[in-house]
Amino acid sequence: MTATAPQFAELDLATTPACLRIRGDWTLPHYAALEQALLGLRGRVDAQTSIDLDGVHRLDTAGAALLVDLLGADRLRDLAHEAASWPPARRALLDTVASALREYRRQPRPKPPPAWSQLLEQVGVTVANLYDQTLQLLGFIGLTLETLARCLWHPRRWRMTSLVAHVEQIGLDAVPIVVLLSFLVGAVVAFLGATVLADFGASIYTVDLVAISFLREFGVLLTAILLAGRTASAFTAQIGSMKSREEIDAIRTLGLDPMELLVLPRVLALLISLPLLSFLAMLAGIVGGAMVCIFALDITPAMFLSMLHTDTEVRHFLVGMSKAPVFAFLIAVIGCLEGFRVSGSAQSVGAHTTSSVVQSIFVVILVDAVAALFFMELGW
Amino acid sequence: MSAPTEAGAAPAVVIEVRDLVNRFGTQTVHDNLDLDVHQGEILGVVGGSGSGKSVLLRSIIGLLRPTAGSVRVFGENLLALPAEQRSQIERRFGVLFQSGALFSSLTVAENVALPLIEHGGLDREAATHMAGVKLALAGLPRDAADKPPSALSGGMIKRAALARALALDPEILFLDEPTAGLDPISAAAFDQLLLTLRNALGLTVFLVTHDLDTLYTVCDRVAVISQKKVLVAGSLEVVAATDDAWVQAYFHGPRGRAAEHAAQRLAERT
Repeated sequence: MTATAPQFAELDLATTPACLRIRGDWTLPHYAALEQALLGLRGRVDAQTSIDLDGVHRLDTAGAALLVDLLGADRLRDLAHEAASWPPARRALLDTVASALREYRRQPRPKPPPAWSQLLEQVGVTVANLYDQTLQLLGFIGLTLETLARCLWHPRRWRMTSLVAHVEQIGLDAVPIVVLLSFLVGAVVAFLGATVLADFGASIYTVDLVAISFLREFGVLLTAILLAGRTASAFTAQIGSMKSREEIDAIRTLGLDPMELLVLPRVLALLISLPLLSFLAMLAGIVGGAMVCIFALDITPAMFLSMLHTDTEVRHFLVGMSKAPVFAFLIAVIGCLEGFRVSGSAQSVGAHTTSSVVQSIFVVILVDAVAALFFMELGW
Repeated sequence: MSAPTEAGAAPAVVIEVRDLVNRFGTQTVHDNLDLDVHQGEILGVVGGSGSGKSVLLRSIIGLLRPTAGSVRVFGENLLALPAEQRSQIERRFGVLFQSGALFSSLTVAENVALPLIEHGGLDREAATHMAGVKLALAGLPRDAADKPPSALSGGMIKRAALARALALDPEILFLDEPTAGLDPISAAAFDQLLLTLRNALGLTVFLVTHDLDTLYTVCDRVAVISQKKVLVAGSLEVVAATDDAWVQAYFHGPRGRAAEHAAQRLAERT
């Protein structure tokens, strides 16, 4: 009388007590088949059953673990000690696996909470995070302003080298991309305007459209969005990797202030760079529009310039430029704050970099929308 | 602890490095380096900082293409094999990197289960079950299994990485400074764990280390890398007796003597 899967294990009920003969390759490649074989035997093997392991050809940790599942860790450990005919290496393997699993399974297994409670927890955590994040951002803005006020009266504490280096990185190095992008968007706006305005026979007002839209909105908005992607991410990655390598802690223990050393130069550099880049973007956008007007709409350069001169008031330019420092400050502060929020791992640096770009673009567009309403109400 | 190298018949050579040259730009790291690793032994590789221990390890496991020379593992040159066969051989390695190199986006148990699912052909449930066995073997507590690697201490990361290296029951285990950064108690426990596993699983272990205690307690043979070559390879007594300034300073300096005494005391007690 024999039981299932004679290839790996056979329960011989003819003898008393019953004898379980284990044979073949008890290794990882046969794991699925072995599991099947054990399924048929579970519950039919008890403490009385004698175990015959002589037929085992090869054995690895996977096989040993399955034997532990079948016989129990204590039983197998005893077997490993008793089976004198076995090679010592195999007995050591069984003993090691059985002992390790006995210890491991004695510890309670932590149970995951049910799905609905996880969902509630997620919602709660997200709301709490949003609240914390807003509070932290406001706190960080205050801290930055305070540090700025403190350092302003002590010229010796101005970090000029750092400031100039950042202006180069943020401002100068970004000129080509900002100018090119604004030029192209300027051309697109001009084409769009020309197409729509042609129906009213008012193609000439394309000049006004391009000039006013770039002076008021697009120049500064495009630059701010570009720098949010380019600079906020760089700030977060720089400060974040310093944080994860404990460099920030080192700065503190040297009695220095990371706000003064790291944040102020970055904020000031962006405050200087973003308005200048915005000005370039406005020029480039208008030039892009002018190119379309000259080459596609037969408006002469002289005509373009005179339209620009008579129709465009300086207040549009002032409205646009007034937003630049606000955007610069917000982008820099968000970039730096996210850097400080990095914890430990490289994954955290990536997560916070993404978060800083998303947040700063969101804030820039939000503030721009509010500002548009504000200026419209005032009639500027 | 049995030292298979002491047996009369020469044991099989599983790793054979011949005339290895590694050069980065103008800097030569290895110059005609030869090394054999025998089946079932624990070989400790030592050398000063920057002497090219880790570079040697990377050349052997095929992560680095040597400038010249041949590296044969199980008699095969890894870099010359087609991808499928190379992967077959790589499954017979387990590698423990210096900082663990656990995948940070997976939990500890998933880290160990990954090779079991990808190469072992197990379904997720069985792989998770087997991952628990490996974690138990590596001596991790049960509640560590569902944590992300970032929540583990340095010693636990080393153990989890060892569990992943052992996932497919490898024949050769490569360890890059496994006890660096561990406290002495954890380091000693790791040494014992290594010995137990080697004896139980019949592993061949290639161990790069700076830790003198590890050398004295677990290694069957020691290879010293110096002056771009393997200066000497053999049992500890042979190596320690070598007439070379660096080797003498290494093994007979204050730390070397302390480790030797500690190993002797340990041997007397057991």
